[in-house]
Amino acid sequence: MSGYSDPGFDTLALHAGAAPDPTTGARAVPIHLTTSFVFESSDHAAALFNLERAGHVYSRISNPTNAVFEQRMAALEGGIGAIATASGQAALHLSIATLMGAGSHIVASTALYGGSQNLLHYTLRRFGIDTTFVKPGDIDGWRAAVQPNTKLFFGETVGNPGLDVLDIPTVSAIAHEAGVPLLVDSTLTSPWLIKPFEHGADLVYHSATKFLSGHGTVIGGVVVDGGSFDWEGPHSAGKFAELTEAYEGFHNMVFSEESTVGAFLLRARREGLRDFGACMSPHTAWLILQGIETLPLRMARHMSNTQKVVEFLTSQPFVSRVGHPMLDTHPSHALAQKLLPRGAGSVFSFDLKGHREQGKKFIETLKVFSHLANVGDCRSLVIHPASTTHFRMSDEALAGAGISQGTIRLSIGLEDPEDLIDDLKRALKAAEKAV
Amino acid sequence: MKLLVNGAETYCYTGGKAFDAARPTVVFIHGVLHDHSVWILQSRYLANHGWNVLAVDLPGHCRSAGEAPSTVEEAADFIGALLDAAGVQRAALVGHSWGSLIALEAASRLRERISHLVLVGTSFPMKVSQVLLDASSNEPMKALKMVNVFSRSTLAAPPSALGPGTWVYGASMALGRRVLASNRAVNVFHRGFKACDSYANGEVAITQITCPVLFVLGAQDQMTMPRAAQGLIGKARESGKTVRVTNLPVGHHQMTETPDETLFAIRDFIAS
Repeated sequence: MSGYSDPGFDTLALHAGAAPDPTTGARAVPIHLTTSFVFESSDHAAALFNLERAGHVYSRISNPTNAVFEQRMAALEGGIGAIATASGQAALHLSIATLMGAGSHIVASTALYGGSQNLLHYTLRRFGIDTTFVKPGDIDGWRAAVQPNTKLFFGETVGNPGLDVLDIPTVSAIAHEAGVPLLVDSTLTSPWLIKPFEHGADLVYHSATKFLSGHGTVIGGVVVDGGSFDWEGPHSAGKFAELTEAYEGFHNMVFSEESTVGAFLLRARREGLRDFGACMSPHTAWLILQGIETLPLRMARHMSNTQKVVEFLTSQPFVSRVGHPMLDTHPSHALAQKLLPRGAGSVFSFDLKGHREQGKKFIETLKVFSHLANVGDCRSLVIHPASTTHFRMSDEALAGAGISQGTIRLSIGLEDPEDLIDDLKRALKAAEKAV
Repeated sequence: MKLLVNGAETYCYTGGKAFDAARPTVVFIHGVLHDHSVWILQSRYLANHGWNVLAVDLPGHCRSAGEAPSTVEEAADFIGALLDAAGVQRAALVGHSWGSLIALEAASRLRERISHLVLVGTSFPMKVSQVLLDASSNEPMKALKMVNVFSRSTLAAPPSALGPGTWVYGASMALGRRVLASNRAVNVFHRGFKACDSYANGEVAITQITCPVLFVLGAQDQMTMPRAAQGLIGKARESGKTVRVTNLPVGHHQMTETPDETLFAIRDFIAS
């Protein structure tokens, strides 16, 4: 059934959510840089506020350019809709704040981006939301961590930076037995490598700053709802009053009655964007859309370059470990073959045999790789996680996330692979000499 | 709200407003693998503009208990029982796809109790291909995809039932999966399609109704093609009914791909 009515991934990456502008004929998505939208009448205004009609009111809540980005992400992920946010962290916070309040509990993977670990371990505790951390591969641990007040399971498709692959089918099944959804951070994989909904996840979010944007130009995030989780199901009954009972803060609306499959998105937009306000600028949405249009082409190149760099590093005597699931030495190799047949991403880590100063020399010698705090750029990047992205974590937590003091993280870009290998070769040589 | 209809608990969405028997009533009837939520943008507006709304989950679908109807006639009788249970003497009926046949048959049976009849995405006969019938039974996920591919007309729907950022195709797929899963005893997909396919009384029913009728058709509808509704429209006109036809530039997802246009067509008609 391929064709316009049943388009493939590459076509959706270009067309989903967008049509030529009916007023101007503009083929590219227009940037609607406006705070507000004129009402046709008083009745129209009232109907929009009361959700009797769908449309745009104020760009903190929704915007036509953002809506294209949101539809496109929902299409690429296989979801029902999405909400653009100010950052990936804002998407994570919006997801959590929509589903729970003080007294709630989360079960999360230990292999998380440092900022996410920080939010769960420190910040949310201040607001009465506790988290139990479980190693992503400890299946019994996920089950054992469930408490009566658990509202969410949370992990990353591939953990940052050790690339532990989350067993989404198994972990989601445990979550569903417990009557809670599984939220997955798919930033490092993008929907080109894995669509978590197809494996049982219920909510997916991205730092769109990374592969979706792809050019290191903007900060943004997005949360997508798969529409699959039954907030009133037999195992979840009574757990999600935020979605299943009348909400005085929004017209006494019962979100799960308004929409059988979209209660989460309704509340997240109508309460979360309204009250917390972490919305995306339309200009940002437009830039991310430019990135998404070439996502399939870029991801293919990211993966082929990664393969060449991984092969090079594994052959280097000064490298003690290369942590990519494409290698059969990686603990997630088998799971990656199953869930991520196109590859487990282009962000990975490796360990130098030398001491800390040699690691420093390695990073400072690199010329093509840029030393900075980001991943998923079209340019290749490098960082030392223990002193930067994960610096707030204790040694124990670092070990849990697969990070040592000698770990170097790379994000492989789109340059000529020979140039990347040459750059790494020179830096390894310089590091080896820096005794 | 919940009503007891034929001894079974029946859910009706009332548009966020309390049911008030003193106001005129509109009953919304969904199609195969749908529920009340496909009508949100039409029902919520009318409920806030002077109407009682009963957007029902048909028996055996999602929030409603009871045996899922096997025939259009059985479902039409249920609509009569629903009106009785709600204490509604007279109502407008709005149906989509399978629901349009149920509305038509119910209007022919209930006669003067029906003030207006709105048939959205309708055709008669509503034959379902053997391939799709078989798939709905043997490979329901494959059939669900076929239905939604045939139903959509755009990759860029306007703001819809969940507001801006809704991917209508994905939302419809998710709803279909949810409705199917809501009834473990019966495959409501196959049963609904069989009911559509076997309904034979359309041309008689349209001559028996006593109210005006509105056809809301999708110009690009591949599930219920507009040309397949012309016989019914012709019969209605021949038998002296007041007939209105609204053609929308859309496929079979009239309520979600053209929510405002569908609403205005219904609103203006039932206000007439």
